[in-house]
Amino acid sequence: MNKVQNNKAWFMVLPVLVIVALNAVVPLMTVVNYSVQDTFGNNVFFFEGTRWFSEVLASERFHGALGRQFSLTATILAIEIPLGVAIALAMPRSGFWASVCLVLMALPLLIPWNVVGAMWNIYALPDIGLLGYGLNWLGISYDYTQQPLAAWFTVILMDVWHWTSLVVLLAYAGLQSIDENYYRAAQIDGASRWAVFRYIQLPKMKHVLTIAILLRFMDSFMIYTEPFVLTGGGPGNSTTVLSIDLVKAALGEFNLGIASAMSIIYFLMTLLVCWLFYTITMQGEKS
Amino acid sequence: MAQITLDKLAHSYFPNPQGEADFALKEIDYVWEDGGAYALLGPSGCGKTTLLNIISGLLVPSRGRILFGEEDVTQYAPEQRNIAQVFQFPVIYDTMTVAQNLAFPLVNRKVPRDEIDKRVADMIKVLDLGDKANRKAQGLTADEKQKISLGRGLVRYDVNAILFDEPLTVIDPHLKWQLRTKLKELHHEFGHTMIYVTHDQTEALTFADKVVVMYEGEVVQIGTPEELFDEPAHTFVGYFIGSPGMNVVPCSVAGDRLQLGGQEIALPRRYAPLEGQVEMGVRPEFVKLSANGEGIPVSISTVEDIGRFKIVRALLEGRSFNAVLPEGAEIPAEASAVIDPTRIGIYHDSHLVRGEA
Repeated sequence: MNKVQNNKAWFMVLPVLVIVALNAVVPLMTVVNYSVQDTFGNNVFFFEGTRWFSEVLASERFHGALGRQFSLTATILAIEIPLGVAIALAMPRSGFWASVCLVLMALPLLIPWNVVGAMWNIYALPDIGLLGYGLNWLGISYDYTQQPLAAWFTVILMDVWHWTSLVVLLAYAGLQSIDENYYRAAQIDGASRWAVFRYIQLPKMKHVLTIAILLRFMDSFMIYTEPFVLTGGGPGNSTTVLSIDLVKAALGEFNLGIASAMSIIYFLMTLLVCWLFYTITMQGEKS
Repeated sequence: MAQITLDKLAHSYFPNPQGEADFALKEIDYVWEDGGAYALLGPSGCGKTTLLNIISGLLVPSRGRILFGEEDVTQYAPEQRNIAQVFQFPVIYDTMTVAQNLAFPLVNRKVPRDEIDKRVADMIKVLDLGDKANRKAQGLTADEKQKISLGRGLVRYDVNAILFDEPLTVIDPHLKWQLRTKLKELHHEFGHTMIYVTHDQTEALTFADKVVVMYEGEVVQIGTPEELFDEPAHTFVGYFIGSPGMNVVPCSVAGDRLQLGGQEIALPRRYAPLEGQVEMGVRPEFVKLSANGEGIPVSISTVEDIGRFKIVRALLEGRSFNAVLPEGAEIPAEASAVIDPTRIGIYHDSHLVRGEA
């Protein structure tokens, strides 16, 4: 049978192409455009080549923000992934309480990000917030508006509260897909609790955990709203992560060239890390 | 290895079973001989998996005891019972190699390393997995995976019994008999007690020395394949074993006379008067068709030519009645069935009644 080649079908994809072009490609290209030019107003631009890129890459301010960004993301992943898996393992596998747990777990995910920031802002205030007041009452000196360590701690705690649920739900879905007979066979083989986790549960959760790590990496790497509402990047620069620094450069100081170069570097970094991570996990799959 | 005793065992999935109907497994009293090959045969939902799970310890029975040798193991967890079980779907540890899979139960039991290596090497040879020993178990075919599941039981030389829960369901037909032959070989070689659950009569009859037939939670007959064929203790056994199954038709019996279809047949045994439902059963293999009006008139509906024999499907007083005739036999147009009286079984409320000689 002859397969009919009909290239008119490509026209069907056209609307999508137009939308993607308008909402993604064109804005991205404007950023690329700004990143290689300078302006002193009046819509007059001078070509600057890679100047902004070299400046950004050499600036201590960028190094600082990048360092804070990586430590924040690493801390968040190091806490949320194991904690999420542990909670998923502890949840009942079926019945009424399983549903109750799932609903409770989904709740933090339904709250708008700026509301989460505002909630924790008040919750952690040392004079009126339950958390802040409670800690000080216990004799622990805590004031996230003054102490960098306290601010850092609050940002991480807030993110763990907000996003661990996502890891829990994904891990739980992975666990649910394991056939009962695997547990029975393991029991008969005399496997310890740890061996069951290591050789049955973990391999079966591998795919969903890959997704969980990717999502949590990207989200935490691009985190903006919650720390902005909570601390505004302070005290000092202590919680100024990449996105907050970027907004300061672009909208606070109106350094369009620097900000655009930062955006592109930022974008490429996210892309690179995701690609590396994905390639490495998928390679393990093949061999 | 040990003999396994089921002592007045019964199980219900309800916390407070009211009547017989609430029991998924009705009371059973039986001894599985050490080193025997048994099959648990019955349709889906007949309680055979329940019984198997009780033996393996995945389920604690509501009533009765289970003994391995002299030891009461009723409350023991599966790992304490020292049994192996092969499930319907192969269970393998994806991230381990074939050899590591086989070593897993031994490693968990802290067997010395050189002993593990020796046994695993032996087992790989026995299972013909030599060329795959060091590759990941993931991506093997279903029958190879099932061999590994089986091997994990067999590497433990001292297991009390190996239980199989429909292990060939997911195996390709042409590999089924290979694996079944392998199982028989391994049974001869190692002499483990093997209990094999299946709903496939061919599997049960070819694998087992003794077949336990279950129906609606009840063990209706335990016997050798020959016994099940020659003298089904329950009409269900008659239907379920044999292809086509036994002919079962209502009749009346008085002394050594059987009334069926307006004809009288002289039986070799005498029967006491029977109340309730009385049926006669005869295997289609012991029915002949006659053209000269001898026997009971039947109307033939279809004839299936299987090659070496013919299956004649007919109606006797409106009920299905089959005969198996040799290759080339004449099928009369006006047929009547001639039944071998020595092969007739009389069933009272579905259970076989043995008359007096």
